[in-house]
Amino acid sequence: MAKEISGNEQLNVVSMLGVSKRFPGVIANDHVDFVLRQGEVHALLGENGAGKSTLMNVLAGLYRSDGGTIEVNGKAANFGSPREAIEAGIGMVHQHFMLVPSQSVTENVLLGLDEPRFRMNLSRYNKKIEEIAEQYGLHVDPAAKIWQLTVGEQQRVEILKMLYRGAEVLIMDEPTAVLAPSEIEELFKTLRSMTAQDKSIVFISHKLHEVMEISDRVTVLQKGKVTSSGIQTKDVTRADLARLMVGREVVFRVEKKLVEIGDTVLSVKNLKADNDKGLSAINGVSLTVSQGEIVGLAGVAGNGQNELAETLAGLREVLDGEIIVNDKDVTNNPVKKGIRQGISLIPADRTLVGTAPNLSVTDNMIMKNYDQEPIGQGWIVNSTEANSYASDLKEAYEIMVPTIETSVRLLSGGNLQKVILAREISSEPKLMVAVQPTRGLDVGAIEGVQKLILAQREAGAAILLISEELDELISLSDRIYVIYEGEIMGQVDDGDIDKIGQMMMGARLEHIEKEGVA
Amino acid sequence: MDLIIILASGVATGTVLLYATVGEIFSERSGVLNLGVEGMMLVGAMFAYKVTAATQSPLLGLLAAMLAAGAVSQVHAFITITLQADQVISGLALNFLATGISLVLGEGLTSLRDVVPQLPKFSIPVLSEIPWLGDIFFNNQSVMVYVGFIFIPLAWYYINRTRPGMHLRAVGEYPAAADTLGIGVYALRYYYVFVGGLLAGLAGATISLSISPGWFGALTTSGQGWIAVGLVIFAQWNPIRAAFGAYTFGALRRLVLDIQGPATVLGLANPFFYNSNLGFFLKMLPFAFTVVFLVIGSREAMRKRVGTPAALGLPYIRGQRGL
Repeated sequence: MAKEISGNEQLNVVSMLGVSKRFPGVIANDHVDFVLRQGEVHALLGENGAGKSTLMNVLAGLYRSDGGTIEVNGKAANFGSPREAIEAGIGMVHQHFMLVPSQSVTENVLLGLDEPRFRMNLSRYNKKIEEIAEQYGLHVDPAAKIWQLTVGEQQRVEILKMLYRGAEVLIMDEPTAVLAPSEIEELFKTLRSMTAQDKSIVFISHKLHEVMEISDRVTVLQKGKVTSSGIQTKDVTRADLARLMVGREVVFRVEKKLVEIGDTVLSVKNLKADNDKGLSAINGVSLTVSQGEIVGLAGVAGNGQNELAETLAGLREVLDGEIIVNDKDVTNNPVKKGIRQGISLIPADRTLVGTAPNLSVTDNMIMKNYDQEPIGQGWIVNSTEANSYASDLKEAYEIMVPTIETSVRLLSGGNLQKVILAREISSEPKLMVAVQPTRGLDVGAIEGVQKLILAQREAGAAILLISEELDELISLSDRIYVIYEGEIMGQVDDGDIDKIGQMMMGARLEHIEKEGVA
Repeated sequence: MDLIIILASGVATGTVLLYATVGEIFSERSGVLNLGVEGMMLVGAMFAYKVTAATQSPLLGLLAAMLAAGAVSQVHAFITITLQADQVISGLALNFLATGISLVLGEGLTSLRDVVPQLPKFSIPVLSEIPWLGDIFFNNQSVMVYVGFIFIPLAWYYINRTRPGMHLRAVGEYPAAADTLGIGVYALRYYYVFVGGLLAGLAGATISLSISPGWFGALTTSGQGWIAVGLVIFAQWNPIRAAFGAYTFGALRRLVLDIQGPATVLGLANPFFYNSNLGFFLKMLPFAFTVVFLVIGSREAMRKRVGTPAALGLPYIRGQRGL
């Protein structure tokens, strides 16, 4: 659903012609053309690593281009710092928010400005910021500290920060990745009210339906090159865009075989646990997962998903309730005992929790069975056995790595995840807890990881899939629980995205059913 | 053993800790842990004494002390900010370097006892007549003590209510955010490490020119710099809490000395009077209390998630996080 465009010829606020940017070993942008008109939402579409963020980082002054010309409002520009860019009216909202958690909204907005000179009269500036917020429908309390805000509110602060600096062009880098469906609606409303006031927006995304919904025009990047520059969104279909983005036809559905659901493997009863700050993170969670079943856990980031995964693996103390795996009580078991009982965790943090970055592929692969025959022989680690074990896994999982001696920190995200999956799957887990297994991977790698998870389901493992990607949860899972502030809001069997979305914002299933689906 | 005397001299010795602690707060708030406080204080104490001896002007001595310690702090700044080396190791090394410098240059200063003028001591006219409080805070104290009283709220106000203070906090909490808004992360960190050095130098000068005048080699500071580093955590990076901690520790130091004097305490035989070896135990107490305070302070800080600047101890490398 594209917005109607006013009849008059619009001004080009930004035009980037033949822009190139090289990093050691890669060409991130290869003679890219990108033209932004006043008052439009221009989507920049592409897979991970296609060079979308790089291109916009060049425009926003974080990187310098290696070639090509950039014009802003008709004047040549090559910004050396973000500050120069914002002075020319170009502001970027990064994927990782650039906000100081311990400071208030107003302080974050004023950060780096020359005004006020010395004394901070916060109440006066609170008012000023409230006015701008009002103008664009960005509801947020200026006196609140950043750490008290939801992710959606933090994003509004980022937008406010740029508007306060007089940004005419707003670059949004994957703004919906961290938002719940209703917050996305809210964001889109804000973006529309901004374009109505003649601001121009660059919307970086790899999600086709969002691009179709919000943008006026699209530029598609594939491997650093433009495959389509500034086409009208209303003239293309979702399938066209997918082809332009990936370079081949894309199947949107995963193939899921029918699997007999077996005995209950995991049964969690009334579980309670704290987070690192000592505040309640999981508050009475109960759920079950059976053999041959993928159970999804949906929720906005930070609602207790990580803590739940950690308690299941024995990494976090259970304060109340119990965890039963294959009829054995494993509550507060030592991690190693859990591993021996077939509990496997694929953590959200691949680089620091999932692997030891400076150790080799081999060392990372044998981490769970180094003390078992044939690799472990008494107190000796048999390196010949370890190497052949790792080589076999490398072949079986098609891990692209020069040698198995390579440190895993040099691996790409997809290959790193395969190392972890190879280790976890080869231990033949009874219960697999996968947290965000495809986050940050490109389409090809995502397909590979999803296939491996589905194969585990067919092999009869019980799988708890924790993810923030609703599309992925719905296509992979047999059932989906929704978690909100450490409590299960309800369970959905049919992948009803509306219900899931409402529960993600804190509505209980019984409540939704009573009220009728909105 | 008079309580008023103990508390009054607690305020005096606490002033030394106050300057050093608040200096370290500035440095740590910008994200740079500097464990070299003890060494920088020693450099300050030595230069203050040496320059005062040469010029007969304690004021010049004070300035020299601050600049010298400030200069020493820049070694740490260069190693940790520009070279991005480990802050703990560099800070420890800085101690050895600074202690060495002050012992070499301080050679022969001990004998100058009677020819070096001190900073003035005086009473504040009306305030000193308040019962109890007047005697503790305003009666015949060093000028540095009074400067300290004014300094505490100013430091708090600067950090929490001014634009540069806000930038200081941002740089220590989330340098990447500050960088994207055009705040010079490296320059600000250099600057606040320098401020930390200036104040450590001031603390050293306060010892050698006023609180316990003279130059006694490494005994001049006798570990107070380490207590200051601990107090920063107890203070949760807040100058007002730092003042409270500094004066308490000052009083504790004095108590430890005084308790060895009388033969009986509260009607009981005083073990510290009869067994002089127990004095070593007493001398250990302030450091033991530092450890206890650290544990309490950091647990509380963790629970309330206040205090610790998030980027403390981490070198800032542009483009490493999220960019």
